[in-house]
Amino acid sequence: MQWLDGLIQGILLGGLYAQYALGMALMFGVMRIVNISHGDLMILLALIGVSIVASLSVGPFVLLFLIVPIAAAIGYVLQRAVLNRVVSQDPLPSIIATFGLSIALQNAMQQIWSADTRSIPGGGIEQASWQIGPIFIGVLPVIVLVVATVLTGGLDALLRYTRFGRALRASAADVEAAALTGINPKSVYAWATALSVGILGFAAVFQGLRSTVAPSDGPAQLIYAFEAVIIGGMGSIWGAFLGSMVLGISQAIGFRINPGFGILAGHLVFLSVLIVRPQGIFGRS
Amino acid sequence: MSEPLLSTHGLKAFYGDFQALFGVDFEIGSGEVVALIGANGAGKSTFLKSVMGAIKVGADMVKLQGKPSGGLPPHLMVSNGVAIVPEGRRLFAGMSVEDNLRVAIDHKAGGSDTWTLDRIYKLFPILKDKRRDPVQSLSGGQQQMVSIGRALLNEPKVLLCDEISLGLAPKVIGEIYEAIPSISAVGTAIVLVEQDVGLAKKASDRLYCMLEGKVTLTGNSADVSREEISAAYFGAGHAVA
Repeated sequence: MQWLDGLIQGILLGGLYAQYALGMALMFGVMRIVNISHGDLMILLALIGVSIVASLSVGPFVLLFLIVPIAAAIGYVLQRAVLNRVVSQDPLPSIIATFGLSIALQNAMQQIWSADTRSIPGGGIEQASWQIGPIFIGVLPVIVLVVATVLTGGLDALLRYTRFGRALRASAADVEAAALTGINPKSVYAWATALSVGILGFAAVFQGLRSTVAPSDGPAQLIYAFEAVIIGGMGSIWGAFLGSMVLGISQAIGFRINPGFGILAGHLVFLSVLIVRPQGIFGRS
Repeated sequence: MSEPLLSTHGLKAFYGDFQALFGVDFEIGSGEVVALIGANGAGKSTFLKSVMGAIKVGADMVKLQGKPSGGLPPHLMVSNGVAIVPEGRRLFAGMSVEDNLRVAIDHKAGGSDTWTLDRIYKLFPILKDKRRDPVQSLSGGQQQMVSIGRALLNEPKVLLCDEISLGLAPKVIGEIYEAIPSISAVGTAIVLVEQDVGLAKKASDRLYCMLEGKVTLTGNSADVSREEISAAYFGAGHAVA
């Protein structure tokens, strides 16, 4: 029974990882940007959430409506002001820029919010759970998984069926040809990052509700997003979702083998995927 | 001729320190087909890239209906009515034929509805059968048709074609060139960059021959002789030898 429990808790944990990973998959898929500051942006948004709740005393769902637009605006400005200057076929300049941004963000957050760990109060929802036989299923993790699935499906549909989605896919395939077909790549890129960081706004609120956040937590979260994206196949949307599930399940099963083994189990599964199928589950070699 | 649709005036272009174009004067009017011929490295593709804004040039060097347009980024040239069939087709791999075409419809120049998906499918019927297939599964000729269709759906006043016969079988080249009269019939000006001098001469009203970044010959395609073209194509020294 504890293995079934591990599987279920793993899938639920995967829902949170999927919210980290989607934006990263989108940015890599469209712009070949590996955003090293992805985790730090998530922490920044969570800390902004903490401050909003402290000053406006809004509930978690109202907070989502506030944080997601703020997140999208941060993403848009980040791309326009910084990343559009370094984006190119060569991924190195954007890695260096986002690496620097990551360090700057961590220090700025420490200055503003201090090094304390904080969380977003959820008014009881964070403890609520359903009991099915011997297994407890948390209400919040289920909400997280549902939101992650809707976001993945929505993003996939956006890419397939809308004008903006076609422009994104065209820019991903051949950005010069896209420009020669009338697309303004800098504008498409800015909206793509707005979308990526906007999705991160969901992850930030749920992370703050479910656990704690501190200014130096970003890099650890970045690793999970990375691993999920690479397991699923770089740039693939449903791949990122599936990779998140694989990572979540590996960690949850690992925890049940030995409480110290959980995180390591995730890393080991990630490394095995790199050895056996380096292009990822959905990736094309 | 009245005011040309598109013209260049002393167009100079550089790749870093290397100068590729040395003052090119060019013009094309509505409904005209103008061929641009020349050896490899003569500057034909550079010329198209400069007009399109993919290489930065001075504002007064390129005029669109008399308006200085040099140095505008490519997407603004498209919305001003210049479209290109790029060398090597440059389709959006991983997307279906129809999605490739829709990208152009999404970003077409304003004020014109000459081209629709149906008209493209009438021009190139094979594309209708293949419309849901990923573009990379198509043959070279079919891909070229998608690339031409994509440029037309941008609703251009001026269509730039960069080596549309390159790497295709003669029969397929014939099929593609058959489409040109029906494109210029709606008033679209067409610039054909072409390696095959015979083909270029036959398909065009006027031609320009380039050598080492300069225009060495221009005239009505029907009037210029093989010898004139040969001298302009290889340079006078070669013609004497």
